[in-house]
Amino acid sequence: MSIDTETARRVAKLARIKVEDDALPALASEFSAILGFIEQLNEVDVEGVEPMTSVTPQRLKRRDDVVTDGDQQEAVLKNAPDAREGFFAVPKVVE
Amino acid sequence: MSDLTKLTIAQARDAMRKGDTTSAEITSACLTAIEGADALGAFVHHTPDIAQAQAAAADTRIKAGDAPDMCGIPLGIKDLFCTKGVPSQAASRILEGFKPEYESTITSQLFDAGAVMLGKLNMDEFAMGSSNETSVYGNAVNPWRRGNDDTALTPGGSSGGSASAVAADLCLAATGTDTGGSIRQPAAFVGITGMKPTYGRVSRWGIVAFASSLDQAGPMTKDVRDAAIMLKAMAGHDPLDSTSADLAVPDFEAALTGDIRGKTIGIPKEYRMEGMPAEIEKLWEDGTTMLKDAGAKIVDITLPHTKYALPAYYVIAPAEASSNLARYDGVRFGHRARLAQGDGITEMYEKTRAEGFGHEVQRRVMVGTYVLSAGFYDAYYNRARRVRALIKQDFDTVFADGVDAILTPATPSAAFGLGEMTDADPIQMYLNDVFTVTVNLAGLPGIAVPTGQDAQGLPLGLQLIGRPWEEGDLLNVAYSLEQSAGFVAKPTKWW
Repeated sequence: MSIDTETARRVAKLARIKVEDDALPALASEFSAILGFIEQLNEVDVEGVEPMTSVTPQRLKRRDDVVTDGDQQEAVLKNAPDAREGFFAVPKVVE
Repeated sequence: MSDLTKLTIAQARDAMRKGDTTSAEITSACLTAIEGADALGAFVHHTPDIAQAQAAAADTRIKAGDAPDMCGIPLGIKDLFCTKGVPSQAASRILEGFKPEYESTITSQLFDAGAVMLGKLNMDEFAMGSSNETSVYGNAVNPWRRGNDDTALTPGGSSGGSASAVAADLCLAATGTDTGGSIRQPAAFVGITGMKPTYGRVSRWGIVAFASSLDQAGPMTKDVRDAAIMLKAMAGHDPLDSTSADLAVPDFEAALTGDIRGKTIGIPKEYRMEGMPAEIEKLWEDGTTMLKDAGAKIVDITLPHTKYALPAYYVIAPAEASSNLARYDGVRFGHRARLAQGDGITEMYEKTRAEGFGHEVQRRVMVGTYVLSAGFYDAYYNRARRVRALIKQDFDTVFADGVDAILTPATPSAAFGLGEMTDADPIQMYLNDVFTVTVNLAGLPGIAVPTGQDAQGLPLGLQLIGRPWEEGDLLNVAYSLEQSAGFVAKPTKWW
């Protein structure tokens, strides 16, 4: 399957990665090569096979639905590129 | 004692207990070795103050008696592990400046056992790569060279810094992580032992996630005994990782009897790849003979879906990566792009991720986004998960037929030159994982052991694959192979 420049642009947008227009054709051709490699999977008969969800046959453990942690505002914000008044700060989201 | 940095974990443990040396002495020897080894690009963040303090505490504990095996052992820690207050950036620009407020479960278990952290180790960005060439820190370099040729070789990847540091005796052992072969391939490229345990044996909590259903950490050590000792300290159930198994951790070292009489070793015919170098073929045959001579029964087996492991991996791993790496958005940690007048939050995400992620990471995130996108989810992602179930079934069948372990080459070649694969298409680089990736897809334990050298003197390794949760048995087969192979070669110091 061949990926065109428009598809590459759409995927970059979905992934929230800025890709300049002049880089799109090369990206599209890389995608095509990788997807071409993946196409081999179509040769496999997977009729009746369940998609794997867990590699070990174990049931996820459950715990009581209670608060176990908290009051760590300072630690949580410590690595933020921009934090103000106890919050993460970002550019204006709503006009 | 001389050459303290060359000690194995077991030798250092025994020597410290006897009082022949101290952790402070070994640690200081390692710190000196690291200082002189910038050319290897292995250590990317140095933590001598932490190391000296931990060594002093370890010495007190050893003197008091009853210290754990890892007490006082100086280690290198892969940059993928979050270490409290110490840069942990997965070799990515997007985590520049990130200093975790918490400690990963594995490093915290190791430190509780008295282990010493010398610093953080180089790797491929977000563990995506097979040559350590995608790192924001620059390349890690293999201490081995081709005879007298001074071409710089890759230590493999993604745990390239760990491999280089252990092989060059900068530390006694290192942590690694393995999503498709990232412990075993670099171990083979530098002539050390590297083990990926059964999925769920060790906690993933606090390790920067790449592909959560495949990621597993493990030891990278100078020999098999050390792998057994270190794995025991790393393993165990962790309530913070819902996929970690609530199983007792056996004494893996006690399993090392070297007696493998009556064991059944499978040789999978699908691993005999077309165009496989004669040296790898011979290495594999020699390994088979060694196990046979040690009393194991050798049987030919078939793992029919092997061919589809790499394509399935290159759907599943990028899909999980695109989801895991969504958190790098310039809001909570790490890098945020400088914004232009009028830029909104979407521009902030897009610019931050374009600047922060390297080329290979961007490519995998986008491939993952594509295979998960509406209309393609079934055709790619679900189909890959079905093929993964078949790959696991192949292994289940041979184990049910009585096979105890499977012997394969670890890599399709010896270490290649840095830059040699630059112009190759990404698929060529992905082929490095052809023998290792099945093990991650099936969640099995696998270990790479050095057993020979190529014509140019470079180390070559074999891989043993074991039954789930039977790392002790697997380590014992590896121990027997190690003893028969008698690999003792070391790189000649040039750095």
